[in-house]
Amino acid sequence: MRKFKKEISLFLVAAMTMLMLAGCGGNDASSNSGADNAAAGTETTDDSAANADNASSDNGSESAGAAEGGAFKIGAIGPITGSASVYGLAVQNGADLAVKEINAAGGIAGFQIEYNFQDDECDNEKSVNAYNTLKDWGMQMLVGTTTSGCCIAVAAESANDNLFQLTPSGSSVDIISGNDNVFQVCFTDPNQGVGAAEYIGSNKVAEKVAVIYDSSDVYSSGIYEKFVQEAANQPFEIVSSEAFTADNKTDFSVQIQKAKDAGADLVFLPIYYTEASLILTQANSMGYEPKFFGCDGLDGILNVKNFDVSLAEGVMLLTPFAADAEDEATKSFVTAYKEAYGDTPNQFAADAYDAVYIMKAAIEKSGATPSDSVSDICEKMKGAMPEITVDGLTGAAMSWDSDGAVNKSPKAMEIVNGNYSLIQ
Amino acid sequence: MKKLKLGKYAKDNIITYGMIILVYIVMQILIGTGNISSLMQGLLVPLCVYVILAVSLNLTVGILGELSLGHAGFMCVGAFVGAFFSKCTQDVITADLPRFILAILLGALSAGVVGFLIGMPILRLRGDYLAIVTLAFGEIIKNIINVLYIGKDSRGLHFSLKDSLSLGLEEDGMVIINGAQGITGTPKNATFTIGIVLIVITLIIVLNLIRSRDGRAIMSIRDNLIAAESIGINITKYKLMAFSVSAALAGIAGVLYSHNLNSLMATPKNFGYNMSIMILVFVVLGGIGNIRGSMIAAVVLTLLPELLRGLSDYRMLIYSVILIVMMLFNWSPRLIYLREKYSPKRLFKKTREVR
Repeated sequence: MRKFKKEISLFLVAAMTMLMLAGCGGNDASSNSGADNAAAGTETTDDSAANADNASSDNGSESAGAAEGGAFKIGAIGPITGSASVYGLAVQNGADLAVKEINAAGGIAGFQIEYNFQDDECDNEKSVNAYNTLKDWGMQMLVGTTTSGCCIAVAAESANDNLFQLTPSGSSVDIISGNDNVFQVCFTDPNQGVGAAEYIGSNKVAEKVAVIYDSSDVYSSGIYEKFVQEAANQPFEIVSSEAFTADNKTDFSVQIQKAKDAGADLVFLPIYYTEASLILTQANSMGYEPKFFGCDGLDGILNVKNFDVSLAEGVMLLTPFAADAEDEATKSFVTAYKEAYGDTPNQFAADAYDAVYIMKAAIEKSGATPSDSVSDICEKMKGAMPEITVDGLTGAAMSWDSDGAVNKSPKAMEIVNGNYSLIQ
Repeated sequence: MKKLKLGKYAKDNIITYGMIILVYIVMQILIGTGNISSLMQGLLVPLCVYVILAVSLNLTVGILGELSLGHAGFMCVGAFVGAFFSKCTQDVITADLPRFILAILLGALSAGVVGFLIGMPILRLRGDYLAIVTLAFGEIIKNIINVLYIGKDSRGLHFSLKDSLSLGLEEDGMVIINGAQGITGTPKNATFTIGIVLIVITLIIVLNLIRSRDGRAIMSIRDNLIAAESIGINITKYKLMAFSVSAALAGIAGVLYSHNLNSLMATPKNFGYNMSIMILVFVVLGGIGNIRGSMIAAVVLTLLPELLRGLSDYRMLIYSVILIVMMLFNWSPRLIYLREKYSPKRLFKKTREVR
């Protein structure tokens, strides 16, 4: 029996090797043709039809029949399985919508876009695998990754390859620091923390502030730190700051009680909406009614199931995007998104949608073509990014520094009558 | 007699080490001629990591016969200690290789010490206590690292369990472990060659331990504890030996893992319960106590989800189905019976006998 098992494992190994070689074989053709064309032989930077064929047969996500004229290959990465899949799916759909719109309108400077999305399960290692898969596909620029942690790992790889990367929602500073090929659509965490503190201070929203944050989350603790730093310069005082972790995020009575005892008249919640809805419910049952203030993670709180929306009345949040906004661009985006994917888009979808349009603007400005090498495209787009301004869903007149951070003004929203409304 | 025995081991060794060296040579040729996809090239180091983990867990589960559900916790200790050391001494020791070797030694040592400390009280007990404690340990270590803040400036190291602000760093200070954000900017020192060397070292340690006098003592504990005790084998000592060696080897895998990625975070995904179970699956699928089998299982199960990427949405579904089928094929009693009945080897043997 043991002997036989050995045979079976040998067979499995043989099968895997065959698969592996088959996978390599496909790439074989493309990388060879790339070497023939470019002779530089750095990486698979080819525009060849062979590779396009290879890609369209391998990946069913998107195949615009643009083999003859060449097409821009945009890859995207995010978690579409696992606990963070909400964000990845939003990015996948948001970018997909933008790509379809652009292709229908004639593409970028006459070139169509091919789009390929890979799952990273919100794991750094898997994210790098996804990145390598996209590289084999022939990706020329990357919309991603969705989550901050993965984005740091992938940014190190893309900086190494000099591949243009634009992250819709990776908000950590580590993503752009030292990587001049990486740009962000969303605010960095420090910007949000400082922005929130400045807003509360300059508008005299409150005098005593309590903070409840998720210490196991990069996004939340990043905002928290900068908020506390900036608060020292502002005319309000932080009377209590309490943390929770991903492993115990259902009961917040201790944190709320501490904020209540300290007499805070505003509770700052730099967290995601699921936990925030619990905090609002629990604070209400404890008879504690301070003002609640949050960041873009709170966007979506009105759609939480079994949540009494009236509790969210008066909650203020700094967010770049609200699905209920009245302007024309948002309205048409929300309608198209609902039609295509049957869901109300959140901020992540809007960020990804903007990211594709920002790439379009940068490509048009720089005059890059699909036949350029990955590195050349990256150099051209790096040069173009500080020169463009884009009006998107998540901000008017967005512009970029050469270090990769975005300049746009946060919008302060308040929930009034169960709807987001802009505070002027 | 003695000669014959040596010959038997030698044959086994040649197959095991030869397999690895063959894979290494094939991969090097593929890399050298550029015939390898970026995905495969990126997967080489993670494959080494998982092979080492599978071999080291097989020492605990297969040879010692104790169930450990916190192997990812030891990997986590090794990963963070190694990355911390590299980040700290990046300016002092500029040569990559010596620093990385030191990091590996340090990671292995710390994971081994942690394994020793955990094993000391627990391995004296009989029953499944080790499984319970290691399960808790894996979760605890992850949470400790998520609240740990360590910074470095000219006055030395600063520790905090609150946030990075309370470290009170000087202007030029550097936060090394930033709580949930982990360690960012670990030098990427891990290469395929180092990974293969580490696998070979792991194998030398494990295989020689198994075949030594100590190894036979360990296996006698697994097979019959009372009998082993009755002939004067120090049970706790040998259990501890196997368990801490296994933990130290997991630490090595952790160091390799952390030096392959730029950002290291202790998330439920990479160092949590699921990861520990994943390593256990390598061992069970490859055969409990079968070192070579667990290596093959680790490679197959790591490659499978990546090779299935072409199926996009159905990837995870198909992966799970294949996993279940493989498990059934290997371990279902009914299938084992059928396999033996229709075994080609048996049929082959019969014909030979006839001849």
